[in-house]
Amino acid sequence: MNGRPDGSALVTGASRGIGAAIAKALAREGWPVGVSYRSDDEAANAVVEEIKAAGGRATALKGDVSDPETADVLFTALEEEFGPVLVLVNNAGVRADGLAPMINDEDWDKVVDTNLSAAFRLTRRALRPMIRNRYGRVVNIASIVGAVRGNAGQANYAASKAGLVAMTRTVAAEVARRGVTVNAVAPGLIETDMTEGIAENLLEHVPAQRAGTPDEVAECVRFLASDGAAYVNGICLTVDGGLTA
Amino acid sequence: MAATATREEVESRVFSALEEFGAEPDSINPDATFESLDIDSLDLVELAQIVEDEYGVQLKGEDMEGVKTVRQSVDLVVSKLG
Repeated sequence: MNGRPDGSALVTGASRGIGAAIAKALAREGWPVGVSYRSDDEAANAVVEEIKAAGGRATALKGDVSDPETADVLFTALEEEFGPVLVLVNNAGVRADGLAPMINDEDWDKVVDTNLSAAFRLTRRALRPMIRNRYGRVVNIASIVGAVRGNAGQANYAASKAGLVAMTRTVAAEVARRGVTVNAVAPGLIETDMTEGIAENLLEHVPAQRAGTPDEVAECVRFLASDGAAYVNGICLTVDGGLTA
Repeated sequence: MAATATREEVESRVFSALEEFGAEPDSINPDATFESLDIDSLDLVELAQIVEDEYGVQLKGEDMEGVKTVRQSVDLVVSKLG
């Protein structure tokens, strides 16, 4: 641990659910936070206001990360307002479920573009300033689906998340000696809008006998983003109530 | 929008960066290869970031291909400044 320099944190998909919980958790740690979101202005502004009301600093950043131009726009805006981005949380994700024969190219591309390619582009944009600062924390929000197990109906989602974990390990090995860590968190069944409707059939398999909360995922991210996690690199931390135990 | 800098200034900045990356100061000269200085690909990534921060010059992966010596890297930056 070397102490952390001044800088900011960027969380994608931060207007709701797990992303919003992560943004608030990082703000409580003292990071000025870029609350990146695609469409819901009201929800994103509410997250920013909540952070400010609690004494933190935050700004809402609108943009679709599946657009290749967005990474630089988000980073430049946040760098100008709060300094170098030293924590990046790639949380934005989408689903377009269907059995493999029913997944069309558009649904394949949409999921892989947002969940994997966008995370790569944001990570690529993040790394050089992190390397210069000898401090950086990239946390990729994967999923137990793909990263740990299969799930019928989610070939595109699983592939994107497994790819995200593979990218995590690889980039971690590249940049570790500059004080930069790249880790993944793989949530299991978490209560969010995104898991609405799929909870019932999964719940009986969860040893904890309940769904997890966004805050429980955010706590894992908070740790991985901290100075204290300096020697944790290239891992995928599952947070699933024992589902994959 | 490249900043202005003389060749000497660029060379001096590259030398100090190489020293910061752990190269032996006595071994740093224009004809030294990065390999002989134990400067690896990640160091060159950082060098590219330094050049971008300080001179506004963007070095891409393809620009760096074939750059094996200190002089070649200085030439590259100076050519982008021009």
